[in-house]
Amino acid sequence: MGQVLFWTLAAAALGFGYLVFRVDSMARATFALLASFLAVAGEVLLLGLGYLGVVIALMMVVEMVVMAVFMVMFMMNPAGLVPMTMVHNKAGSAAIAIGTFVALAAGVLVVDWPTRVGEPAPDVTLALGEALMGGQMLTMMTLGVALFATIVATVVLSTARGRYRDEP
Amino acid sequence: MTLEAFLLLAAGLFAIGLYGALSQQSIVMLMMGLELMLNGVIVAAAAFWYFVSPAGSDGQVLVVVVITAMAIEMAVGFAVVTAIYRARQVDMTDDAADLRG
Amino acid sequence: MADPSVLPWYAALLLPVLLGGVTWLALVGDALFAGERAAVAAPGREVARLLVGQRRRTVASDALLGRVGGAVLPVAALLAAAVLPLGERPVADLSVGVVWFNAMEVLAWAAVWLVGWGANSAPAMVGGYRFVAQGLAYELPHMFAIITAALGAESLRLTTIVEAQRDLWFVVVMPVAFAVYLLSAAAMAFWGPFDAPVARDVAGGAAAELSGVDRLVFAGGRWLLLVVAAAMAVPLFLGGGAGPLLPAWAWVAVKTAAVLALLLWLRHRFPTVRVDRFVPFAWVVLIPLTIAQALAVALVVLGGA
Repeated sequence: MGQVLFWTLAAAALGFGYLVFRVDSMARATFALLASFLAVAGEVLLLGLGYLGVVIALMMVVEMVVMAVFMVMFMMNPAGLVPMTMVHNKAGSAAIAIGTFVALAAGVLVVDWPTRVGEPAPDVTLALGEALMGGQMLTMMTLGVALFATIVATVVLSTARGRYRDEP
Repeated sequence: MTLEAFLLLAAGLFAIGLYGALSQQSIVMLMMGLELMLNGVIVAAAAFWYFVSPAGSDGQVLVVVVITAMAIEMAVGFAVVTAIYRARQVDMTDDAADLRG
Repeated sequence: MADPSVLPWYAALLLPVLLGGVTWLALVGDALFAGERAAVAAPGREVARLLVGQRRRTVASDALLGRVGGAVLPVAALLAAAVLPLGERPVADLSVGVVWFNAMEVLAWAAVWLVGWGANSAPAMVGGYRFVAQGLAYELPHMFAIITAALGAESLRLTTIVEAQRDLWFVVVMPVAFAVYLLSAAAMAFWGPFDAPVARDVAGGAAAELSGVDRLVFAGGRWLLLVVAAAMAVPLFLGGGAGPLLPAWAWVAVKTAAVLALLLWLRHRFPTVRVDRFVPFAWVVLIPLTIAQALAVALVVLGGA
């Protein structure tokens, strides 16, 4: 059962990920990406990380809806009514991507991975919380400061005033 | 459900994202490629946590960091697209090549 | 062996029926508030009218996304109800029940945008975008309010949160969180004063081009979302099934009915408020308020433990 679920979700993640760059409609590309993310959240749930899986799903839905707003705002073909491709160096990128995949896959299959040590804690979420608030507190603080800097930077960049001049 | 299978999935997602990030002209589509790459990293981190050291929580913290990095990258990316659009009325990477060469 | 802390598996099939029945009663209550004659038959009339209505197709519509959005709205509401304790036990007692409920509500939020997009129609798009702005603004106070309840019980599992209220209901400990939860529940279900996304000034907003069965599914999904959000206030803030004399499920029903009556009254008392009036209120007032409430509860929990 776990095997079937794993392979179905893996195929869905890869399939929808590829569809993102094939469909003409920008809205469909955004939601194909969302489907890929939800498949990845399912994979993480399969590994027993309940909290992280549901949080990934939640955050990705919000991010994709916000991305859809930006899609329709900026792109010239949001509904895909006119088929068009906006790519540059398609063959080169494909070659680089396939080359990267072959190199990574070769590494995955050849490397002698370490064996499993230990069992998951009975409450994985609690273990994560205690780590973030205890041993990994530095990580937590860095994330907090980075998020705060992001908020300030994005507000400055996106106000009509911008960084240099007054209201245009 | 072996470690190799999860890592192959991660490599596949990374490669597809790389293709998108390299080939798309629109900045928003390029960011979608970046999101797919980070997706692959999340799968790999979670798989390493489960199959190598499930007793610790370092793998989980790594997943949290990657999720936060995704959110930050998207937010700043959209702000940059908005700023470029306001300045030049375009949203394509080819028109934002001022720092090239 | 059957797990005693969750309902048996066939309860998952009965859950939509049960929620459908509660939604029907909520519709009757709404008709009573509106002062309609023969209010008991009002939902039946609406359902029959929509079932025989003709479906509408617009030119160059994105039927795939529109239909997916319309279907996901009620499904997300039902999935959110899977962690709701019906009496003492829920259908699925997830260890991250609170986050699951939140994720399903956010899925319903995305679904309404999809419905607005799918029709290829300007009023529908405007309605969809209004809901995106409104949902985004009220999602954060909503999240902080339910996290405050989880904080008070030191657990994300809904049965544990109900257990932690045996001595004192959370509505007494965190009244601000309860008030913000009710407000944000109405906003997330675009109900009452928050129904700008489907208002008359945009010809029905996100539901502008829906007719017949599509409209029935959309309206049903919206009502289900309202009912589930109201019902979730009971285990989070009102002590679940606790109370003298009556069994747990009866108390859950009574408390849910009370919260629903309050939300229904809200719609008939206040007119539709413009989106740019209540959205800044959420960002500027409600978010600091809920964060302060969470801080206060965290100090109480740390001090007591």
